[in-house]
Amino acid sequence: MSSSKATQQPLALKIFIYGFIALWLFLAAFPFLWTLWGSFKVELDFFSKADWTDALTGPRTEATYGAPFTGAGYEGAWLQEEFWRAVLNTSVVCFFVVTISLTFGTLGGYALSRSGYRYTFWLLIIALIFRAMPPITLVSGYLLPFFAWNLWGILPTSIIVLVAINQPFTLWMLHSFFQKIPRDLDEAAKIDGCTQFQAFRYVIIPVMWPGVITTGLFSFLLAYNDFAVTSMLLNQQNQTMVPKIASFLGTTQTEGNVMFAVASVVSATAPLFILVMFFQRQIVSGLTAGAVKG
Amino acid sequence: MKHKTFFWFILPTALAMLLFIALPIVSVVMQSLYTPHEQVLRVVENCGPFGCTQETTIDAEATQALRAEQPLGQFAGLDIYLDRGHLATTEVAEAWRTREGLGDFMGALGNLPFYRAMGFTLTYTFTVTPLLIILGFMIALGVNSLHRHLKGLVIFFSLLPMIVTPLIGSLILFWMIDSRGIIGTSLQWLFDDPDLSLKASTGLTWVTLIVYGVWHSAPFAFVVFYAGLQTLPKDMLESAMIDGASRWEQVRYVIIPHLMPLVTFVALIQLMDNFRVFEPIVGFNAAAHATSLSWIIFNDLGGETRLLSSAATTSVLTIIGVSILLSPVLVRTWRDFNTKV
Repeated sequence: MSSSKATQQPLALKIFIYGFIALWLFLAAFPFLWTLWGSFKVELDFFSKADWTDALTGPRTEATYGAPFTGAGYEGAWLQEEFWRAVLNTSVVCFFVVTISLTFGTLGGYALSRSGYRYTFWLLIIALIFRAMPPITLVSGYLLPFFAWNLWGILPTSIIVLVAINQPFTLWMLHSFFQKIPRDLDEAAKIDGCTQFQAFRYVIIPVMWPGVITTGLFSFLLAYNDFAVTSMLLNQQNQTMVPKIASFLGTTQTEGNVMFAVASVVSATAPLFILVMFFQRQIVSGLTAGAVKG
Repeated sequence: MKHKTFFWFILPTALAMLLFIALPIVSVVMQSLYTPHEQVLRVVENCGPFGCTQETTIDAEATQALRAEQPLGQFAGLDIYLDRGHLATTEVAEAWRTREGLGDFMGALGNLPFYRAMGFTLTYTFTVTPLLIILGFMIALGVNSLHRHLKGLVIFFSLLPMIVTPLIGSLILFWMIDSRGIIGTSLQWLFDDPDLSLKASTGLTWVTLIVYGVWHSAPFAFVVFYAGLQTLPKDMLESAMIDGASRWEQVRYVIIPHLMPLVTFVALIQLMDNFRVFEPIVGFNAAAHATSLSWIIFNDLGGETRLLSSAATTSVLTIIGVSILLSPVLVRTWRDFNTKV
């Protein structure tokens, strides 16, 4: 803020604030850094009862592999347990969920923002109700028809289900975003003889990218983070990362391969780190979009 | 926009939501009213040299035919809702009749899966929500007074607990609180109790899950409040200062009232989100001590037998719960819309 005498904080308050923020930063970041560091150790170092500094220095890792760091966990997870397959599946699911839900969402959100009739309000209310439904409650409704029509277990089914679950949120975000684009723009295009779709294609699409990118980020996060739907609708071979990690827990805990799970957890967190790093501004604006509007 | 154009624009998204949200809800409600057919049994008399014996066998053909004819199963009405796994009306009535005080009655309820899950879900929802609002508000105030260059860095790290997949976030903490993990060992050292384990007792498991919930959701509250602080008019603070308001009074009488609409927003959203708590229970492997409605559904669906009817019934009950929490949001949206037009 300003540096005038009146607004200057007393030293004690300043120390308190910095201390508090440092503590929060520690709480927020330390678990990730700790697990990242520990994922390059053997299990006895990462979970060491005798001396917690073992997890930092890694004496048993050095004894086993001749160096304080080892990629054994990653090798085991990616190659032996075929985690690369899950990574591939996740990429496919995320890519298609984001593209399809943005295509559907921009068309729908644009229409909702440009139509003045009463039914747009009801559509938005219905979308809001759908947004509140926990996805897991819908799953038991999917299973019977998907089994009957032989659609269960394959990626396209999960993709379209995730797209549908994603639509309510996408519609709301894009609806409020399109409302901020002045109506005069497409009105002018229509007066010049464009149809509604041409107005959308040549006037709105070129200016809509900031809102679309923000919405796309959240669609991506939903698809990437989903556990309830993908773990129920995909078979073993098509599993995405999160259900794969969950299934590791059952098998590896007993076989003493916890480090495989640790390595795959770190692998799955890394893309999110990068995402936040590059798109911090968009994420923040997306989170606050719903709130500040009222 | 003309009705016809509107229709074509909205068609893909409406179709997706109709097919994969609206219809499944209908199908879930239907399923919750039916139970699977039992096997058709046939009594066969076997007569041999030592006399006749009656034998009961499963008539696979007839079972198949019956299942094909009525794929939903037999109509059960509200029976599944009232059975032991769900609302358990008979058991509750029995416990009420034989109660020896309220505590005893609550204890009896705690043995029924639905009420056990409900107990945890509600406790979780109504402790995590206020705590995360308070923590988020404090972080927002703190970050707001930091130096400009530090803010971006703090926001980056603050977003992580929220962005990271809930299951993965809870796993990371789960490994740390393991009795051999760093937090677990530190707590043992701190309380001088080498057998201390956060996973062993119900109370400690609940505390762990609640701490995780606050850790996971506080960044959301922080970001929203932080954005709200940026819209606070400076002259309001200045005039409060000129009138002699202390720092605390400025927060209490200027900042908090300014942020109040955002507090309501965060509270409403988080109540709904926390009510569906699920992944942390899987991540912390806490099902023995804490279950939630979502977890029951997952558990019913995931087993070898796939108890669809039972899962559908719990789903309907969950949807009713969410609707109750959703109603204030709907009222608010309704009011907003009517004032805008």
